[in-house]
Amino acid sequence: MSKVIVVTSGKGGVGKTTTSASFSTALAMKGHKVAVIDFDVGLRNLDLIMGVERRVVYDFVNVVQGEASLKQALIKDKRIEGLYILAASQTRDKDALTLEGVEKVINDLKADGFDYIICDSPAGIEKGAQLALYFADEAIVVTNPEVSSVRDSDRILGILQAKSRRAEMGEDPVVEHLVLTRYNPTRVTAGEMLSKDDVVDLLSIKLLGVVPESQEVLNASNSGEPVVLNHDSDAAQAYVDIVERFLGADKEHRFLTEEKKGWLNKLFGKK
Amino acid sequence: MALLDYLLGQRKKKSAHLAKDRLQILLAHERTEAKAPDYLPKMRDEILQVIAKYVDIDQEQLKISIDEENGFEVLELNLVLPDEKR
Repeated sequence: MSKVIVVTSGKGGVGKTTTSASFSTALAMKGHKVAVIDFDVGLRNLDLIMGVERRVVYDFVNVVQGEASLKQALIKDKRIEGLYILAASQTRDKDALTLEGVEKVINDLKADGFDYIICDSPAGIEKGAQLALYFADEAIVVTNPEVSSVRDSDRILGILQAKSRRAEMGEDPVVEHLVLTRYNPTRVTAGEMLSKDDVVDLLSIKLLGVVPESQEVLNASNSGEPVVLNHDSDAAQAYVDIVERFLGADKEHRFLTEEKKGWLNKLFGKK
Repeated sequence: MALLDYLLGQRKKKSAHLAKDRLQILLAHERTEAKAPDYLPKMRDEILQVIAKYVDIDQEQLKISIDEENGFEVLELNLVLPDEKR
């Protein structure tokens, strides 16, 4: 049975594409066949984060409009077996994607034996974001511990509960997971940042994982490698944990406390 | 110095608490608003038009909401009429 997973957030710049790239890469590393689709029509970015920008010949809109076959448009990742990328179109026509067209692509991917279809949503709550979440079985809501991000995530949760296909058909609701990114344990301890418990409380949604703020995320996007491939970094380990939890493993949450400093350093050290 | 910051910091509320308090109020409000039926804004406008035919009212004065009380859905209309009668 294949599963459709939307990666969404409402707010822009919180780490949707970073999460989509690392989540799908780590799922494929576990031996699953994964397709990751960029729904951000007009502002293609996933290809760049995945490092396949020079291999895009046909895109999602070409497939939806019948100008290319799915096989022609799917870009096979050269690093990880079983990982495929479908790039967004750069057309300015906002109506290039249709519900029927998206449904056909997703059904074709299912028929091709993909285990997971990851939909990387655009920011906002407009048509593009609604199309990305419409067919979802599960949702990964990417949130920063910051007021506007939490508020926008709450809006997106409302839309998932009211306007997804599962909601409209009266089926079991979309399973919601929280991924908290750009987490800074030092600031949380100092009372300057919402804690993971605060955000879980506010959104009443199950926590899938916390990704600490990491310089490696920018390094990874600079070089076009999903950060999860940089095994030494905290962010990579956090994403591996996230995927293992998603697949059912019972793993304790990590990266929640600041690195220990000596007491002298604590009292007199710089922040 | 961190020690001084720590001692002084106890006196004022930490910003993360403020964030949580503000969000709790805001999200509760926005969730009830999101649950309101789609026809509510249009109905509000039409009711306003009818009232405006008879009374000179401020457009912002009409508050309309649908709440649940004791298992009943209650449509609440709240309008302050101007002092002067026409």
